[in-house]
Amino acid sequence: MDLNTVWFILVTILFIGFFFLEGFDYGVGMLLPFLGKDDVERRTIINSIGPVWDGNEVWMITAGGALFASFPNVYATLFSGFYLALVLMLVALILRGVAFEFRGKRESKGWRAMWDWAIFIGSLLPALLWGVAVANLMRGFAIQQDMNYYGGLLPLLNPYALLGGLVFVALFTMHGANFLTRKVTDSIAERARQAAFYFWIVATLLTVTFVVWTFFATDILTKPGLNGLLPAILAAAALLVTGWFIYTRKSGWAFITGALAVVFATIMVFAGLYPRILVSSLDPAWSLTITNAASSPYTLKVMTIVAAIFVPIVLVYQGWTYWIFRKRVETKPENLTY
Amino acid sequence: MNALDLSRWQFAITTIYHFFLVPLTLGLSILVAIFESRYVATGNETYRRLAKFWGKVFLINFAAGVVTGIVQEFHFGMNWSGYARFMGDIFGAPLAIEALLAFYLESTFIGLWVFGWDKLSKKMHLAAAWLVAIGSNISALWILTANSFMQNPVGYAIENGRAVMTSFLALITNPNLPYQFLHVLAAGITTAGFLVLGFSAWHLLRKTGTEAEFFQKAFRWAAVYALIGVVAVIFVGDAHGKFLGQTQPMKIAATEAIWNTEPDSANLVLVADINKDKNENSFEIEIPHGLSLLLYSSWTGGVQGMNQLQAQAVTQYGPGDYIPNVFITFWSFRIMVGVGFLMALLALLAVIRPRVKLLNKSQLFLKILLPAMVLPYLASTFGWILTESARQPWIVYGLQKVQDAVSPNVTAGNVLFSLILFTVLLGALVAVTGWLMVKSGTSDPQAEKAAE
Ligand code: HDD
Ligand code: HEM
Ligand code: HEM
Repeated sequence: MDLNTVWFILVTILFIGFFFLEGFDYGVGMLLPFLGKDDVERRTIINSIGPVWDGNEVWMITAGGALFASFPNVYATLFSGFYLALVLMLVALILRGVAFEFRGKRESKGWRAMWDWAIFIGSLLPALLWGVAVANLMRGFAIQQDMNYYGGLLPLLNPYALLGGLVFVALFTMHGANFLTRKVTDSIAERARQAAFYFWIVATLLTVTFVVWTFFATDILTKPGLNGLLPAILAAAALLVTGWFIYTRKSGWAFITGALAVVFATIMVFAGLYPRILVSSLDPAWSLTITNAASSPYTLKVMTIVAAIFVPIVLVYQGWTYWIFRKRVETKPENLTY
Repeated sequence: MNALDLSRWQFAITTIYHFFLVPLTLGLSILVAIFESRYVATGNETYRRLAKFWGKVFLINFAAGVVTGIVQEFHFGMNWSGYARFMGDIFGAPLAIEALLAFYLESTFIGLWVFGWDKLSKKMHLAAAWLVAIGSNISALWILTANSFMQNPVGYAIENGRAVMTSFLALITNPNLPYQFLHVLAAGITTAGFLVLGFSAWHLLRKTGTEAEFFQKAFRWAAVYALIGVVAVIFVGDAHGKFLGQTQPMKIAATEAIWNTEPDSANLVLVADINKDKNENSFEIEIPHGLSLLLYSSWTGGVQGMNQLQAQAVTQYGPGDYIPNVFITFWSFRIMVGVGFLMALLALLAVIRPRVKLLNKSQLFLKILLPAMVLPYLASTFGWILTESARQPWIVYGLQKVQDAVSPNVTAGNVLFSLILFTVLLGALVAVTGWLMVKSGTSDPQAEKAAE
């Protein structure tokens, strides 16, 4: 396998990690104001992701950094093209990031409520915007011959892309609710299970519509050779059984299959794109591919060695962290870390 | 203003915000880990409480550091796509390595540190503290590897109009890097030292009962820590200046306001009224042979002037203005160095305080240490302004100009919008962070003890 393909796969893996881990983080954040009835309950919910959310967010930062290192032109085109959307996302991530730390620093009700809503918005907006971005990647956008996109924000907010955004929001909320069901106790866990079920219904309806639309509007599922059809079928199957597991209270399985749905959906996107990364809707020849957007072979080689050593190490110690914090967070004020 | 100027303002403002938070993270993470090490080694509870108390201040700062950092990482693609395309082959690598080696480490183990007091053994918890400190400082090492390339390009070739890496080894052994990294590390240690000194002084002025002892201890550690930091920062900075005399002569000429080459021996300009239009200083106070002494430790030794370097650059790179903003570089340097020596004096007094009766009794000295908390921030900020603005018009020294680095497809309107948004939002964020840190640093550690 050539190194360009290796890096395409590595970037895919980083995005899988990002959507899988931040997916439930964002979901928990979106559910926070609704599932937590009082301060202690909300703190319990936050602490379910407290020790890990920052490490999860680094998957996004690393995905961005890896894109920069391996396919600098993709990084340049995507980030400059989606400028305003990214500004909004950064605002959301700024609020969210400090909210976890600042919230507990004062007793005042208003103060805490403010940061709870910051967590809500800070989780909703990135989920939505990543969905919009990914849908635009799948359908392609108006990249010119000089590799730049000059269209501004509005064309990116087309109905197909907005539906993609909603799919992300619904999937992540369900994913987060499944996570919470496993991580907290008693009545919050029960409420989380109910939320998981409702959002499973919403997510399934939206996803089916989106996949059908994808079939007609893009070549992601149909292009000859490698395409996203098989992973799409696997994602749909995983999503369907998730509903069954939620319904029968097998919360561990529900979390796993829900996560698999997210994983396969991500694979669908990247498999459907390969060997392109950013599709030009104006002229296929202007698309950015794993060849014309890549770094030099030397840089790819160096980065491959670095990644081969350090990605496994990261996986081991992050996994170990989840093991240390495997117990449910109890809704007892005296046990909660603020 | 056009998109280029607005992008420059945005980059400068957001990085300065970021770097308000970074040095404390670098320095305080180490100090907290040292306190916890003392606790594990001696079993003395006071050290555990010291680690926890300053750990709280650290965490507030850290959270804001993380979110401002994410803005920086997105910036290169958003506003500087020309740069990202030209430099991605080289610049992307250290950035990605930083994320892989450092960000994962600090962010994962910080979670363990905060939530792991009763879940991990003492030694494991201590290891988490050190891994956070190491992670933060490795992150500085890698981002400065990237920045060092921009200051002093090495191990590259130009192919099809973009820079490609030819030697990773050259990239990480860039001779500029040890100076820059050690200078920043020492600046971080200084910052943490002065912050802990300031808050401890605040408590000592109030003599909160048995807690006086707690803050005496913090004060003594911080005094030594600050002194080590500030002495190191001065020595490394001096060595760095000598090095820059060879690699970026224009930077030194601008920093010292030397307009015309002085072939045999150069005087040190202490203060000057810089006249950019006439390319001269209208007024100056000089120390004879001063600059030769600083750069070469000798009475003689010439220094190139800006006018000659400008002519040389025009023949080498084509027409253009290659003289940076002399007013900014000249005064930034003097503020940084002035503040540095002031801090060296204060840190020295703080170290000898227990042995000198006059100081030990002095309320005034403690009071001076409160406003002194801003000094390291001043020095660091002006240090970066010097480093970055004296490299102008280059974004990568000698290879790419800032004007070619900006994204061609991002409109001035868009950048104006984001500039205002980030300036206000991050400004508010830094203010809230500062306020929460003050609240935390002036809180009563006794309350904490009762709660446990
Ligand atoms: C000398 C040190 C230094 C310098 C010059 C920079 N940073 Fe920084 N950065 C750090 C030292 C640091 C740190 C100490 O490691 C931080 C600060 C606070 C923190 O939590 O980690 C950090 C955080 C931080 C984060 C968040 C990481 C996380 O989630 O843990 C990102 C994405 C960046 N930085 C990126 C950048 C970029 C793109 C820079 C270039 C303009 C930059 N930093 C300059
Ligand atoms: C965090 C500390 C830093 C601060 C406070 C800082 C400050 C500044 C300032 C004040 C400018 C504006 C210069 C001018 O326009 O005249 C600038 C420019 C720039 N710096 Fe830095 N810098 C920092 C670190 C870095 C690092 C580590 C990098 C590279 C990784 C970097 C890359 C750049 C770039 C790309 C520009 C060009 C854009 C421009 O000219 O405004 N900076 N920086
Ligand atoms: C007192 C003697 C000092 C000297 C001689 C000195 C020297 C220098 C020099 C020559 C540079 C420019 C490096 C470049 O352009 O690449 C620099 C940058 C810088 N200085 Fe200082 N400095 C001193 C004190 C301080 C102090 C006290 C601090 C903060 C506590 C500080 C923080 C910085 C920072 C953050 C930078 C930018 C990063 C870098 O390029 O290393 N400096 N210093």
